Amino acid sequence: MMSGRTSFKFSLFLACAASLAASDADTLLLRNVDVYPMIGPRLTAASILVQDGKIALIGAKIAAPKGVRIVDGQGLRAYPGLIDSGTELGLAEIADLRVTVDSGELGAFMPQLRALTAVNPDSEHFRVVRANGITSVVTFPSTENGERNGGERQIVAGQAALIHAAGWTWEEMAVNGSAALLLIFPSLPVNQPGFAEAKRTYDREIQQIDEFFDQARRYERAKTAGGSNFKIDLKLEAMLPVLDSRLPVAISAEREPAISDAIEFAGRQKIRMILLAPRELGKAAAKLKERNIPVVLGRTLDLPLHEDDPYDSAFTLPAQAWRAGLKIAFGTFDNEFVRDLPYNAATAVAYGLPYEEALKAVTINAAEIWGAGGQIGSLEKGKWADMMLTDGDPFETRTQIKALFIKGREVDLKNRQTQLYEKYLNRP
Amino acid sequence: MSFKTSGAFLCCLACLCFLGLGCLPLRAETILIRDATILTIAQGTLRGSIVIRDGKIAQVGRNVAEPPGARVIEASGQYVMPGIVDCHSHIAVDGNVNEQSVSVSSMVDIRDVINPEDIAIYRALAGGVTTANILHGSANAVGGQTVVLKMRWGKSAREMIFEGAPPGLKLALGENPKRQGNPPAANVRYPATRMGIEDTIRQAFLDAKAYKAQWDDYEARAARGEHVLAPRKDLSLEPLKEVLEGKRFLHVHSYRADEILMLLRLADEYGFQVRTLHHAVEGYKIAREIAAHGASVSTFSDWWSFKVEAFDAIPYNAAVLEKKGVLVSLSSDDPELMRHLNTEAAKVMKYGGLSETEALAMVTLNPAKQLAIDARVGSIEPGKDADLVIYDRHPLSNYAKVQKVFIDGQLYFDRAQAKSVVREVE
Repeated sequence: MMSGRTSFKFSLFLACAASLAASDADTLLLRNVDVYPMIGPRLTAASILVQDGKIALIGAKIAAPKGVRIVDGQGLRAYPGLIDSGTELGLAEIADLRVTVDSGELGAFMPQLRALTAVNPDSEHFRVVRANGITSVVTFPSTENGERNGGERQIVAGQAALIHAAGWTWEEMAVNGSAALLLIFPSLPVNQPGFAEAKRTYDREIQQIDEFFDQARRYERAKTAGGSNFKIDLKLEAMLPVLDSRLPVAISAEREPAISDAIEFAGRQKIRMILLAPRELGKAAAKLKERNIPVVLGRTLDLPLHEDDPYDSAFTLPAQAWRAGLKIAFGTFDNEFVRDLPYNAATAVAYGLPYEEALKAVTINAAEIWGAGGQIGSLEKGKWADMMLTDGDPFETRTQIKALFIKGREVDLKNRQTQLYEKYLNRP
Repeated sequence: MSFKTSGAFLCCLACLCFLGLGCLPLRAETILIRDATILTIAQGTLRGSIVIRDGKIAQVGRNVAEPPGARVIEASGQYVMPGIVDCHSHIAVDGNVNEQSVSVSSMVDIRDVINPEDIAIYRALAGGVTTANILHGSANAVGGQTVVLKMRWGKSAREMIFEGAPPGLKLALGENPKRQGNPPAANVRYPATRMGIEDTIRQAFLDAKAYKAQWDDYEARAARGEHVLAPRKDLSLEPLKEVLEGKRFLHVHSYRADEILMLLRLADEYGFQVRTLHHAVEGYKIAREIAAHGASVSTFSDWWSFKVEAFDAIPYNAAVLEKKGVLVSLSSDDPELMRHLNTEAAKVMKYGGLSETEALAMVTLNPAKQLAIDARVGSIEPGKDADLVIYDRHPLSNYAKVQKVFIDGQLYFDRAQAKSVVREVE
C-alpha cells in the first residue's frame, strides 16, 4: 500500500538532528505539507512557520523570513504529535526489574510524591515511542491499579506530570509538571466468596480517603489561621491545590459501582475529577456527563471485563463514552505499549468512535484534560511546534512517521532498536 | 527437516478417522462466498468466489460456477483470508499451565486438561483464529506435551483436537525456568542458571537416548523372534524418545541468542531437531545459525522491556529472520493479543518492510507449516479445510472487523449474530 511513496530524505534534516543543542534549531519554515491541525480546517500543500519552538503561522503560502531554514515536506501530512494520557514513561525501564522502576512508592497516602523529578530523560522508552509519533505523555507515580511488589496498597499515589517525550532534563521536558493527583479508588470483587468482608474493606477505604481529605481541609484552615504552633506537613501541603481545584484528581476505577462511588466522592469533596482507566461505564456514563468529568480510557485492545460481556466490549467502550457525550482521551497504561497508542485509537474507530473524535482523544482533548490546552495538542499559532510528518493515516500500522518535531526541534527517530536492526541485518 | 507435512502424519490422520476418533460429522452444506477479495496467501490475491463443499474448499476463482442449492454469502467489498493459526497459546487449559514441581515434566500432557468451555476460545474465534497450538508453560527446562486445537466452540474437548496434527513437547530456556531455582520461589529447586538449564536438558536427552537404545534393542530382538522382556515404560522419557525419532516436535521457549545457540548445538550433538523457537526475541542476532539448523521461529510482533531478557527485543526480529531464510510466524501467548493477530502482522510491514503476503503468511501459512498442518490449513486452496475468515476491510487495516469465521465449512462465528455492544447502543 505504501510502496512507491517517495522516501523522506533531506540532508537538512540530518544536519538538524546532529545539532540538537543549537539554539536556533527550533526556527524553520515547513513547506508543502497537508496540515491536519485538529482545530480549524485542513490545508493542502500548506506551510508552517516555526519560531523559537512555537508555531508562528500556518497558511497556504508563507513568505520565508530572511535566513530561515526551509524544509520541504514533500507532500507528507503534518499532525500534532500524539499524547498518551497514561504511562509511567521515564519512571520504569524494565517492568520486571524493580531497581529500574521508580513508580509505586510505599505508603497509602502520598500526595507529595512527584513523578516529574524521577523522570529519566535518557530512558530508552522515550526514543522508542517518539519513533511512533508520540510527542507528549502523562507519566504517573504508580500504575492505575496501584500494584507493586509487596507493601500496603497505594491509595493517593502522588502527582502525575505531563511531559514532552524529549528534552535534556526533566525540567525542560515538563509541560505541566503537576498535572493531576493520582487516586487509586478501592475496588470491589465480584461474585467471590467473602464478599461481605470485601465490601467492609471497600467502605472503610473510602471512609479513609474522605478522612484524609477532611484532614487536609483542617490543615488548610490552620494554615490560613496562621497560629504559632502551625507546622508544615508535606503530605497535607500537597493537598492544598487539590482542595481549591487548581489540581484535578485523576481517579482510577474499573467497574461501574466503583466509578459511581468515585463520582459521589468527588462531589462530596468538591474536587475536580478525571476518571482514569474505566473498563465499563453503564449507568455511570450519565453521571460523568452531568458533572462534566473527562475520561481517560485504557487500551481499547483489552479483554472484556466480565466473562459474559460481549466479546467487543473493550473495543466499543470509547464509542459508548463518546455517545454519552463524554470528553475522552486514551492512555496505554503500560510503557511497553505506548507506541501502540494510535492502533488502540484506530480500534475504537473500527467499533463506532468517529475518526475525528479518536484523533482529538490522542491530541487536543488530552492536552485540555491535563491543563495544557493552550500549549500543545493542535497545530495552532502560539502553541509548541509538536508535529509529526506521516506518509498516511497515523492510525494505520503501515503508515510511517517520517519526521517528528518537539518544541520545534527535529527529533532523531533512531533508537536502540533501529540500531540493533541495522547492526544484525548487516551481520555477515 | 523441511517444513512439509510428511506422509506419516497424513497416515496417522487416516487412522484416527478409521477409529472414528477425530472425524467430525461434517454438514454437507455447500456454501458459496461470492465476489470477495480473496487473500489466498499461497496463490496471490484475487477478486472472486469460493465454493465450500463437505467442509473443504472446493473451488476458488474469478469465475466459478455457482453450485445449485448452495447457501450464498454475499461478500462484495469484503475480504476473505485463511483462518488465523496461532502457534503459541495457553487458552483452553484447565488450571495451571505449569507442572511446576519438577524441572523435567515431559510426562504431563495439555491434551488431558483441555477446557472446551474457556470463553477465550470464543473470543479467539471472534478474532479470526481457527487453529491454535496450546502449550505447557515455561516454568521447567523440559515442560509438558502440547496439543493443536481447532476453535470449534461448542464442541467437546476431544472434538476440538486438530485430527492428525503432530504432537509437541515444550522446552524452556532463560529467565522463566531459572525462576524456580531462585528466591522468591517457594521451593527452590535446580536449575537456577542458564548453565543448569543446559545440564538439565542434556541429562534428559542422555537418558532418552539410553532409553531409546533399550527399546531399539528390544524391538530388534523381538523382531528376530527372540523371547525378551520389554523394557520398563518411562512416561517422561517416552516423549523425548519421540523427539529423537522425529515423531514429536520440539517447541522451545527462548529469549536470548546465547541460550538459543546452546540448544541448537545440543540438538546437533544429540541428533534431534528443534522444530520451532518460540519468542526468540534475540533470534535476529543468530538468524544464520537458526537457519542452518533448520529451526523455525514464532515470535511477538513488538513486545519488549517487560523483563531483562526482553530488552534487546526489537520489532524488526521477524523481518530479519524472514530475510535470512528462517520460517517465521507471529504468535500471541496472550488471550487478548490473540484476537487481532491480523493487525499484529501489519507490524512486520512497518518494521522491516515485508510485503502484505509475507505479513499475512506469518499468521496463517507459516504457523501452519511450523505445525505441519499446512496440507490442511493456512491458505485458501482447493482441497484444504474451509477454515476462512471474512473481514469488512483489508485484514491488515486497524479498522478491519471480523464478520464471519468458518471452520471445516461450518459457520462458527457471525458478527451479525454475536452479542455486541455497538449494536445494542445503535
